Amino acid sequence: MTDYDVIVVGGGPAGSMAAHAAASKGLKTIMLEKDRDIGYPVRCGEAVSDEGLRQFMEPRPEWIAATISKIRMRSPNNTEIDFRSPGSGYILHRRIFDYALANRASQAGVEIQTRAYVDGLIIEDDVVCGVHYQYMGEPRSLRAKLVIAADGVESRVGRMAGIRSAIKLRDIESGYQVTVGNIDIDQEMIDFYVGSNWAPGGYLWVFPKGDRMANIGLGVNGTLSKDYNSHDLIHNFLKEQYPQATVLTSVCGGVPIAQTLKRITGNGIMLTGDAARMVNPVSGGGIVSGMHAGKIAGEVSAEALAAGDVSIKGLEEYPKRWRKAGGKNHEALHRISETIYDISDEQLDRIALRLSKTKEQDRTLLKIFTTVAREKPRILLDVTRAFAGL
Amino acid sequence: MILIKENRCDFCGTCVAVCPVDAIELREADISIIHETCIDCDICIWVCPIDVLSSDNKPEDKND
Repeated sequence: MTDYDVIVVGGGPAGSMAAHAAASKGLKTIMLEKDRDIGYPVRCGEAVSDEGLRQFMEPRPEWIAATISKIRMRSPNNTEIDFRSPGSGYILHRRIFDYALANRASQAGVEIQTRAYVDGLIIEDDVVCGVHYQYMGEPRSLRAKLVIAADGVESRVGRMAGIRSAIKLRDIESGYQVTVGNIDIDQEMIDFYVGSNWAPGGYLWVFPKGDRMANIGLGVNGTLSKDYNSHDLIHNFLKEQYPQATVLTSVCGGVPIAQTLKRITGNGIMLTGDAARMVNPVSGGGIVSGMHAGKIAGEVSAEALAAGDVSIKGLEEYPKRWRKAGGKNHEALHRISETIYDISDEQLDRIALRLSKTKEQDRTLLKIFTTVAREKPRILLDVTRAFAGL
Repeated sequence: MILIKENRCDFCGTCVAVCPVDAIELREADISIIHETCIDCDICIWVCPIDVLSSDNKPEDKND
């Protein structure tokens, strides 16, 4: 006897897309969120491309804090390079956006339970058959034919199912971010700072949030996090660059920049989004990839249940389709991230100086790569392999 | 042994993600170390963005 066809653990974009896709195929679906709110706290730079979002839905004005047309990058010695954005992009209000996605899922028939902390799996004959969870301190259990784990960077549910997901220090960014008010910035521009003085082994971002506000954050690579503290780096940055800015929200978190897990399914379970390590290892962006993979997981649920096979074999379409949709590209990006990881501050300054001497309209992606390649020839191989799909 | 400044924690889960032996138990606003499982590798101490964790046998660490 089962209570549901599908239990989705986690109410972020990946979870809501998975739940929506499953319910839209007629599956009885519940989504469990550990926090008291869907979409809060926001641990995210909130940037997304128009093209990425539009694959799933028409962007709505209430989700959008700012529309981006320009990109600025600053090297360690503060050389500024401006680029025109290759396509349009948005800085979202994730709190509103995540709500909208969950609301959309609920309108497709998904039940949602907040404050539901999953602390165990029901596993019978090596097949996941449901979850144990706490609701406001009270233990509860639910049985289902399939569980979709969209439980974020911690990826605990996957581990409960025996899928190893612990991240190496090299593959995580230790992050801190603030939303600030009273800041004068170009509301159409995203601004990146690279180099060890700003964000060792990562980058610092200043993203506009409309109405003289900004989302400012940074990630320090795990391998360097012993000697740097992202909270202190952000506050030093604010003091130096934007002393008048007022912090309205502050939050910390980890960004997984690992390769996607080798195994994203088990018998009766699929992992998706950050939990499956699907964040772009170069940009740190994970909204669109999570939505895409979540949607695929939801669709595959329906197919597997129709065929009556929820074993790893029965779920094999999920990793197959994810690989085609973005997984292959993700592997190439991870290789590129390994190459650019150890570019020194001096090399970054030289790259910035060379690019600053070119005309802005000539600063294409190709020009950037050839400039980087003068310092790091290996990147040519990585990019060639990425384009060749190797 | 890993120590926790509980009232400083933001419950972000970064330490949980890197723990190689699943020795960190994190609920909505409740964090604890499973000392029998912990191997004192200290990587949770390093990766924490706001220095919530420390070790009682390594006074030279950044958290003192």
